[in-house]
Amino acid sequence: MEPIIQVNHLGKSFGDLKVLKDIDFTINKGQVVTIIGSSGSGKSTLLRCINLLEVPDSGEITFHGKNILGGQMDASTYRSKVGMVFQNFNLFANKSVIENCMIGQVKVLKKSKDEARAEAMKQLKAVGMEQFAEASSTTLSGGQKQRVAIARALCMKPEVILFDEPTSALDPEMVGGVLDVMKQLASEGLTMAVVTHEMQFAKDVSDVVCFMDKGIILEQGSSEEIFDHPKEERTKQFLSRFNNQ
Amino acid sequence: MSIDFHYAWKQLITNWPLFWYGIKMTIAFALVGTLVGLALGLVIGAIRCLPLDPLDKPVTRFFKQLGRLITSFYVWVFRGTPMMVQAVFLYYLLKPVFHWSTMVAGFVIISINTAAYMAEIIRSGIQSVDVGQTEAAKAIGMTNFQTMMSIIFPQAIKNTFPSLGNQLIVNIKDSCMLNAISVVELFFQAQSVAGSNMRYIEVYFDTAILYLILTTLATLLLNFTEKKINKTTRATIKDFSA
Repeated sequence: MEPIIQVNHLGKSFGDLKVLKDIDFTINKGQVVTIIGSSGSGKSTLLRCINLLEVPDSGEITFHGKNILGGQMDASTYRSKVGMVFQNFNLFANKSVIENCMIGQVKVLKKSKDEARAEAMKQLKAVGMEQFAEASSTTLSGGQKQRVAIARALCMKPEVILFDEPTSALDPEMVGGVLDVMKQLASEGLTMAVVTHEMQFAKDVSDVVCFMDKGIILEQGSSEEIFDHPKEERTKQFLSRFNNQ
Repeated sequence: MSIDFHYAWKQLITNWPLFWYGIKMTIAFALVGTLVGLALGLVIGAIRCLPLDPLDKPVTRFFKQLGRLITSFYVWVFRGTPMMVQAVFLYYLLKPVFHWSTMVAGFVIISINTAAYMAEIIRSGIQSVDVGQTEAAKAIGMTNFQTMMSIIFPQAIKNTFPSLGNQLIVNIKDSCMLNAISVVELFFQAQSVAGSNMRYIEVYFDTAILYLILTTLATLLLNFTEKKINKTTRATIKDFSA
């Protein structure tokens, strides 16, 4: 298995609060890695560190073996290959739906507007949002925004997409649509790292599940290992509500 | 206290060419001052908001901090002293260097003065844009500069448009302070007219009315533009729901 991103001994504090303690973590090509755990366990911070939106205090992150914290790779170049989907969508408010999908291709990948538009339409179709291409991004519902945000990330042809609680800000009826899109992407072999509270989704699509607690990865393994045979007491406790349903 | 409205009207008509020239110059100073001030203010405001990234090289960090220091100093000085004082001081200080006319000096001074205010408005505008917008732009690999130009500035300008537009109205009025270096504009012309026939009250009444007309027209123009900016968003909603 070919590792795309490797995280070694990662540490991050906000003031006195140690959010991440000595994290080791790998994202392999073609795999879906989900990160579960209670709020405040450091899941989102880990994902944000991987995309350098937070800068770790210690440890290293490598992308195809290149250390991205040591200046071996430009942050912008690295980020263009690692997509990110946010909890709050963060669509560009001054851009239409299709412009949201085009801007990165034009500004970062230096594609022509026509090429970018064609790619954007293709990805919007893939997430079922092509009929909204010309709409202002501020007029969409949450679920629609998140599907556009996924299309925007896909347009960059990233090697991996990081999803930071992509359905947490959605009402229950919208969650399904977004998860369906993500399941589709997983089945197409897209490499993904997903922080989520959607346990059924995590169980269904994950190749690797990481359970985080108090800044460390307490347990990781295959979907069956974590969901059906968790070893740690804390993991069992966390999953008890889900498993008893 | 007495004012002869008939005489005031007569003065306005007789001296219209002088007033008209003054009006045109005042509009020129207000427009140039506001637009150049906005352009400079965007740069200064952006520098004042430069985020210090822990990933920055020491050199980058040094220049960012130097830039912040210089721009803070700029805003402090130009917002903290009267434009009239800036005008006389800079005009005479730089005359041996640039050999400039009072008119050129006037355009420069009103622009750099306005820039200090614009910078503060832009800074508040930049801060009003959700941090998620910057993160999303970074996440697709856009550089800080690209993010500023394509994502942050358009939203910052839209959010602060009423305050930015207010500077145009301020400049229509405050350009008269350039009178301190004998720049020819509406107030300068009014003084000439008033002095030549010693009817101060009537002529300055005319002048006040003319300024009021100019600021009213500017207000109408700004309101119209603001509506148009907001309408573009609303039109899209309509198009898409139809």
